[in-house]
Amino acid sequence: MLSLVIVLVVRVVYVVMYQCGKPFPKGASRSFTTLIVLGSGGHTAEMLSLLSVLRMDRFTPRFYIAAATDNMSLHKARSFEHSLADDKPAVKEDSSLQYTQIYRSREVGQSYVTSVWTTILATLHALWLMIRIRPQVILCNGPGTCIPLCLIAFLFKVLGIRWSSIFYVESVARVKKLSLSGLLLYKLRIADQFFVQWPQLQNKYPRAHYVGCLM
Amino acid sequence: MENDGKRRLVFVTVGTTSFDALVKAVVSQNVKDELHKRGYTHLLIQMGRGTYSPTKCDGEDGSLSVDYFTFSSSIADYIRSASLVISHAGSGSIFETLKLGKPLIVVVNEDLMDNHQCELAEELEERKHLYCARPLTLHQTLMKMELESLVRYTPGDGTPVAKIIDRFLGFPDD
Repeated sequence: MLSLVIVLVVRVVYVVMYQCGKPFPKGASRSFTTLIVLGSGGHTAEMLSLLSVLRMDRFTPRFYIAAATDNMSLHKARSFEHSLADDKPAVKEDSSLQYTQIYRSREVGQSYVTSVWTTILATLHALWLMIRIRPQVILCNGPGTCIPLCLIAFLFKVLGIRWSSIFYVESVARVKKLSLSGLLLYKLRIADQFFVQWPQLQNKYPRAHYVGCLM
Repeated sequence: MENDGKRRLVFVTVGTTSFDALVKAVVSQNVKDELHKRGYTHLLIQMGRGTYSPTKCDGEDGSLSVDYFTFSSSIADYIRSASLVISHAGSGSIFETLKLGKPLIVVVNEDLMDNHQCELAEELEERKHLYCARPLTLHQTLMKMELESLVRYTPGDGTPVAKIIDRFLGFPDD
């Protein structure tokens, strides 16, 4: 039992330490299975702004996930992908693009009793999606929807099921304080690279990259 | 930039939720008077799920015309045709307005529980990209507003993030 715990601890330390290195073998032709977590409203707009400057051939196939209560984000992601396809009509394989909604553990105003059940349901759903997708790259920028997915991705890394790189961009709306999601991923060192959009935050959280506004 | 020299629109947007305090504030007599004094001719309010409906006014008698609607899929078009935008503090509306180069007053909703949104509005006010107010201080903000002193916002993009991500994953720089 004790040795198992030691092995796990060593493994967690190893996973965390690896964040400064390059986790994948070099090779310009590789592309990564990418999970993009859309947060709704302003979060989704910021994510699409980031996607518009990424070399998409490096991040293929792409899986978009949004909360089940968020009807707009996947729609926006689809029109974004369509605008890409218009530029390069050659690329048109549907299997390389998927859009999925995910249950949320707790909605605003939901009672704590029923949220025990919905949390279990949401966790199982997240687990199922992660087993299916097994992403190598995760792009997220809050709010809470990305937390279970990132925790499972971290667990996969510790257990050696799937290695992934987690990138978190804190919302432009956060100037002086991190969001709860951001704070969790930063403090627990789950995000491999952590980005903030205002210099005040980088002063407080020195491991973050200050990258200016996405908008 | 005025549209035709005659019509000068003030567009008010509360976003996807409700913000009755803002709607009430913009149709209060002293705010309407100040807008009229500054040469605005039309007040158009996107009131979302709010329950407070202001009195419509066609402005025939030379006063400020007042109109409202609940939602629209083309908020950007209204912003584009406006001479002044008064908005809730959501980052979407803020940056949409700033990118279109329109003068902006952001009104922070003090009733929201998790009120981190005033951080963004206050930071952008400090950088002189917009004015920041509360429903009760909107009139004062309008009184002291000097549009010439606003600094045009230069939009950013995701290039610095993309660079770091690519480097981290071992891709060569373009």
